[in-house]
Amino acid sequence: MTTDAKQPNPEFAKKVVEAGGKTLNLCFQCGTCTGSCPSGRQTAFRTRKLVRRAQLGLKDDIMGSDDLWLCTTCFTCYERCPRGVEIVDIIMALRNMSVREGHMAPQHKKIAQLVSKSGHLVNLRDEDKAFRKKLGLRETPPTVLEKPAGLEQVKKICQITGFDKLVAGD
Amino acid sequence: MAEKLGFFLGCIMPMRYPGIESATREVLKELGVELADLEGASCCPAPGVMRSFDQDTWLAIGARNLAIAQEMGVDILTICNGCYDTLFETAHKLNNDLEALARINKILKQVGIEYKGKTQVRHFVEYLANEIDIDAIKSKVKENGDKKMKAAVFYGCHFLKPSTIKKIDNPERPRIFDDIVEALGVESIEYKDKGSCCGAGGGVRARSPDVALKMTKENLVNMQDAGADFIVDCCPFCHLQFDVGQAELKEFQIPVLHLMQLMAMKFGLDKDKLGLEAHRTPVKL
Ligand code: SF4
Ligand code: SF4
Repeated sequence: MTTDAKQPNPEFAKKVVEAGGKTLNLCFQCGTCTGSCPSGRQTAFRTRKLVRRAQLGLKDDIMGSDDLWLCTTCFTCYERCPRGVEIVDIIMALRNMSVREGHMAPQHKKIAQLVSKSGHLVNLRDEDKAFRKKLGLRETPPTVLEKPAGLEQVKKICQITGFDKLVAGD
Repeated sequence: MAEKLGFFLGCIMPMRYPGIESATREVLKELGVELADLEGASCCPAPGVMRSFDQDTWLAIGARNLAIAQEMGVDILTICNGCYDTLFETAHKLNNDLEALARINKILKQVGIEYKGKTQVRHFVEYLANEIDIDAIKSKVKENGDKKMKAAVFYGCHFLKPSTIKKIDNPERPRIFDDIVEALGVESIEYKDKGSCCGAGGGVRARSPDVALKMTKENLVNMQDAGADFIVDCCPFCHLQFDVGQAELKEFQIPVLHLMQLMAMKFGLDKDKLGLEAHRTPVKL
């Protein structure tokens, strides 16, 4: 047997099912998802193929691939799949597994770190404060930005789940 | 009608388009809806990115936000599809799945929180349609202008979908948002592939901005071909993608309004509170 032949890995497929992809094996490869995908209209990403690879457990084709991150989670395929395959849930399970294996884009790390450190995914700049004031709003929104104890809770949650370590580095 | 609601701010609106926040506060006051601030709330956290990275962290931070509303005895109102998706899906899961609730509460307990699984989450378009009737909205319209404006209504993805749990309207042929826009004396036009995605979600804008923009452009071409005078959205993230996206593409000049800004305009409320100066695509209407 050649070493580069793609080996189906049922163990991996099982893990995807357990991680939230419980409908994975209902797929009968009709391609409705691919035909519905706004991202696939612009790129070579093919939803049906991603589902097939997950079914076969072709782990190396999925983990760290660009395709996995081209889904906008628009749920169009999810709505239209004639077999009720919860495609977005499968993609989320695969992304979580991929992140745990160390595959994460630097831009995504930046956002994740911002959330785990500041409790928000965009920052509040001085110009935003001035603008808020001009509009008659509280300069600082009444969120974790104003409540340090609340921010501590968010940070602690990220420690408990290991999220802070998971998304560390650049 | 209208009991008090916890106003969930999220991130993009209060930081980048605070005019949507002030417009929301003014419009809802006008309609007799009382808002309370969810003091100490955080990012929802964003479904496209945070759920993609780690689902339990996503659920736990979301549940902390739901628990703030629980302590105040209010349901949550959001004007953002992303916040709606996270908070609604988190509530749907934890309010119905005791095992998941116990798992997430094990995390929350360590920060002194227990989420009891009761908070309800409302998207403002659905709230307007179902709790305030269309005639009440019509009766507030003061600014009709000389000619009927044509709006490209943009639903985005996470207001109606997944429809299996949200059960608001048919996602393939929805009317709920168009009906409100038409009640304001604006024509909601048909355009090709209406109901498509703005391109920004799922972490795509952050990771592959060129791909996101291609999706945005397709929408803009379709809206322009159909003669749209402006775009009206119901989500600050779609809003940002269309507003900043046009500045990046440099081919279009279609003004972008969040429905709350459009309503504030049509109700004749204080124009200085719309915050249109923050828009990268000038709003000249
Ligand atoms: S639409 Fe459903 S059944 Fe058809 S290929 Fe896609 S996931 Fe499989
Ligand atoms: S949810 Fe993802 S895979 Fe499915 S149609 Fe939308 S972008 Fe494509």
